[in-house]
Amino acid sequence: MRKKYLAIPYVVWMAIFVIAPLCLVVGYSLINREGQLTLENFKTLTQYWAVFATSFRLAIIATAVCLLIGYPIAYWISREGPGVKRIAMIAMMLPMWMNFLLRTYAWMSLLENTGIINTILANLGVFKLINAVFGTELTYFPMINTPGAVVLGMVYNYLPFMILPIYTVIDKIDTRVVEAAEDLGANGVQVFRKIIFPLSLPGVLSGITMVFIPSVSTFAISKLLGGGMTLLLGDLIEMQFYGNAYNPYLGSAISLVMMVIVLICMAVMNHFGEGEEGAVYF
Amino acid sequence: MSKELIRLTDVSMVFDGNTTVLDNINLYFNDAEFLTLLGPSGCGKTTTLRIIGGFQKPTTGDVFFDGMRINDLPPYKRQINTVFQKYALFTHMNIYENVAFGLRISKVPEDEIRRRVDESLNMVNLAGYEQRSVNSLSGGQQQRVAIARAIINRPKVLLLDEPLGALDLKLRKGMQTELKKIQQQVGITFVYVTHDQEEALTMSDTVVVMNEGRIQQIGTPIDIYNEPKNAFVANFIGESNIVEGVMERDCLVSFAGRTFDCVDKGFALREPVDVVVRPEDLVISAPETGQLMGRVESVVFKGIFYEIMVAGETFTWKVQTTRAPQVGQLVGLSVEPDNIQVMHKS
Repeated sequence: MRKKYLAIPYVVWMAIFVIAPLCLVVGYSLINREGQLTLENFKTLTQYWAVFATSFRLAIIATAVCLLIGYPIAYWISREGPGVKRIAMIAMMLPMWMNFLLRTYAWMSLLENTGIINTILANLGVFKLINAVFGTELTYFPMINTPGAVVLGMVYNYLPFMILPIYTVIDKIDTRVVEAAEDLGANGVQVFRKIIFPLSLPGVLSGITMVFIPSVSTFAISKLLGGGMTLLLGDLIEMQFYGNAYNPYLGSAISLVMMVIVLICMAVMNHFGEGEEGAVYF
Repeated sequence: MSKELIRLTDVSMVFDGNTTVLDNINLYFNDAEFLTLLGPSGCGKTTTLRIIGGFQKPTTGDVFFDGMRINDLPPYKRQINTVFQKYALFTHMNIYENVAFGLRISKVPEDEIRRRVDESLNMVNLAGYEQRSVNSLSGGQQQRVAIARAIINRPKVLLLDEPLGALDLKLRKGMQTELKKIQQQVGITFVYVTHDQEEALTMSDTVVVMNEGRIQQIGTPIDIYNEPKNAFVANFIGESNIVEGVMERDCLVSFAGRTFDCVDKGFALREPVDVVVRPEDLVISAPETGQLMGRVESVVFKGIFYEIMVAGETFTWKVQTTRAPQVGQLVGLSVEPDNIQVMHKS
């Protein structure tokens, strides 16, 4: 017998912490400060389309970079023995045990104009060399407070979410299927192209989802590494709730629109992944 | 005359430096032969197959294909294809693409691919399944796809690793005859791995019995059954009574307290031997007319025959007969001289 009542706490939890807030967001987005029903908020948020564009652009870049770095790593780990697998997993998870903000602060001190990387480069005489060759007057590489630094922060923080699902899927591929392809005349490259890659697509889709969604809505990274120069959706929403701009109605509307766009993106991906075994969507 | 196609010389396989999986295997087989590697699990039969397929390299020894040493040739360069245990089909492709895979890899023109896929699927009775997905097929059908996929490259040798293991009894019987038919139709060598002795006897031209990494006996199914070389083979192939005996002289052996005429020669005088008598070769008679006497211990109905245990003075005989005596009844047992198989002690 299936014990359905065991699911009740979960259903209650979902109702209180997922469905109710969602309803609140929808409700708030449809009223103004005076509590009147209005579409004003959605009209206002069109002023911020540039922020939407930046957020999605940076999130797409970060996701693409994660995929480019993560796939080879996942593939490599899956082909190693159990010992190497364990060590690689720990190496990947270890930074995640540290606080997210702490990790991002660490990148700040690395990337600052007088930070660790620039200091090392200066001590190695790299800037003197460049200045001598190109006639410039460089004393540091400007790294912090650039969109690049924000992307770096996203990639660094979310890379494990790309590697893990891809690794899990590749690791599950039956070695006999690979052997069958070799047996039928496929060399290493062909085996990868025709067997391993298509079979790993569900993992890739999960990875993209799991990196893209937090990237598009992140706010602390852009604040710390972008120095407020790159305003992202997350920052914008935060400002509506905590900043001087205090306007939770507009904030809710922005959240809602972002959510809808993300859902559309996922639906499109889902369509491409059709026929494959279901990836993780949420 | 068929010619030799594959030869293994002094092949040994040691895993992790101490587990010997294969111990000095010497084996050859011919073109268009149906050869079966038979043995209990862990006897090294699958490892032997994987060495022929190129998926594993022997620790020592050589593999020859058509006279050429192929130890270092990767699987994709061998004219050998494999039907894997549990089929290993490509679940992200439909049946047509699964079967066409080998041809696509070797860049065969599209119209020829279509023709040969049709031909292959027809051979395994799966015409019309081209567009189906792998998971919508039953185990037996997936098995056929695996065979169609493996023979489409027209290999010289087809390796089959317990291909019928996952099918139910009835389906298995049907596939046995079908496999044999396919083998004769395409006229290539089949190397078949199984632990099912009945399967081996039904399909093979040659049976190789293996145990603990060693070849125990190579021969036709009839040889293996009628003249097992040692107690292991006798025990593994069919039911048997194995008793200890002494070879008195040529054509006379003593066991179970008396002497029997037999047809075996060439043993040392008074050599201790193992004697095999198949249960179906023991004839039940009245107590006083048999060569041996015993009391019926149990009678079990097995369908086409009864399996009867008869307790003699020194040994309990297993007898298969179509007429059942009563439990507790005293009976006589006799055996024809050419149904006594004498073997050296192993």
